Amino acid sequence: MGILSKKDAALISDPLLDNNPITIQVLGICSALAITAELKASIVMAVSVLFVMGLGNVVISLMRNIIPSKIRIIVQLVVVATLVIVVDQVLKAFAYELSKTLSVFVGLIITNCIIMGRFEAFALANGPKRSFLDGIGNAAGYGFILVVIGFFRELLGSGTLLGYKVLGDPIEKTGLYAIGYENNGFMLLSPMALIVVGIIIWVQRSKNPALIEEN
Amino acid sequence: MLEHIELFFKSIFIDNMVFATFLGMCSYLAVSKKVSTAVGLGAAVIFVLAVTVPMNWLLDQYLLRDGALAWLGPEYADYNLSFLSFILFIATIATMVQLVEIVVEKFSPSLYNSLGIFLPLIAVNCAILGGSLFMQSRDIQTLGLAFNYGLSSGIGWFLAILAIAAIREKIRYSNVPAPLRGLGITFIITGLMAIGFMSFGGMLTGGDEAPKQTEVAVAATEAPKENMQEGLTADATQQDKLTETQLAATEKVAQDTNTVNE
Repeated sequence: MGILSKKDAALISDPLLDNNPITIQVLGICSALAITAELKASIVMAVSVLFVMGLGNVVISLMRNIIPSKIRIIVQLVVVATLVIVVDQVLKAFAYELSKTLSVFVGLIITNCIIMGRFEAFALANGPKRSFLDGIGNAAGYGFILVVIGFFRELLGSGTLLGYKVLGDPIEKTGLYAIGYENNGFMLLSPMALIVVGIIIWVQRSKNPALIEEN
Repeated sequence: MLEHIELFFKSIFIDNMVFATFLGMCSYLAVSKKVSTAVGLGAAVIFVLAVTVPMNWLLDQYLLRDGALAWLGPEYADYNLSFLSFILFIATIATMVQLVEIVVEKFSPSLYNSLGIFLPLIAVNCAILGGSLFMQSRDIQTLGLAFNYGLSSGIGWFLAILAIAAIREKIRYSNVPAPLRGLGITFIITGLMAIGFMSFGGMLTGGDEAPKQTEVAVAATEAPKENMQEGLTADATQQDKLTETQLAATEKVAQDTNTVNE
């Protein structure tokens, strides 16, 4: 990392694992669970959040000295809402099917707690460059978990990845299906998203006992 | 009247905000350590949803949707401002929350104290914005129904947070595997509760199957896949017998998804 100092690099790498927004800070769960039945939707969601958070953090950080603290929540909401409208319109124009799948959850990026949380905790107190890195880092941590959940749910649930039949064809009985493998349709249902996140948390905390909470 | 009752139970149990659409999960997980605080937040959510959903319904009806400006005169009939809905909805919510806070503080200090810090938090609770956005995407017809939808979704959310808070108070005495303590076990319990709530899916279909089926089929052809959850509910309604497992429904959704993608 030639361009970035060690402290700046930590802004990106920390949220990926040890301070992950979803599994440790418990932020932004809503959208993480609802749209992860397909890998493609998860990736699009991750990219959208990356865009909104990177830019939003910079904007808020540039305005941090002129925002009156009493109305800062409304100012933040307006900034996020504007960015989300841009994302929503772009999705509707270039990926209409996908925007139907994501439905209201694109709009719900506005109230995604990661974004507001980072604005409050970081962008209001730091310069634009560091805020940008922080935004990117946290969005990447969020996206990483989303992609992991999406990967397992799509692979086990419908036997495909990004729509490609990686495990063979369930109707013509090729690949794994030839030896009697069946898709676990349960993985596509919403409750399994919660349980997958629970398992991710389990794995992560047993690797790093420092993260274990009090009961 | 019947549609009111139907919507009421549907929003509380079948389309429960937490268990079916995962809205408001952040505060649901963060504020569910004690029953008393959970009740405070739940009450605030019911209140704010019941106020903001009808407000946003009016906005949507007379300002935002395609042709909504026709009441200004025929030359405005072509405008479609629905791309502005996010920003207007969130502005309404933030303002209403602020307003509600001021009014409650003035007229009922005891309620204000019990809601306490939760009111401002609610502006960024996804359940509130989600309520308005679902109201828009599900095409709720009248102001009364919109109020009903807001109120009953709020009650559903309240029930969910109350249930998990009660479970978490009890589970403190259990021997949970160390890495799962706290957040992990809460996720898994919520997942199990959501599976339980899926069984309400057949609640409104008992008896009059035939007319509903055609209705759902028409809706399904019009909007093949508006949303994973909605697809699921629609499919569950389509089931001939409730004894058929939910898995069949899932597979059907999966196939639908594939056909849509192709």
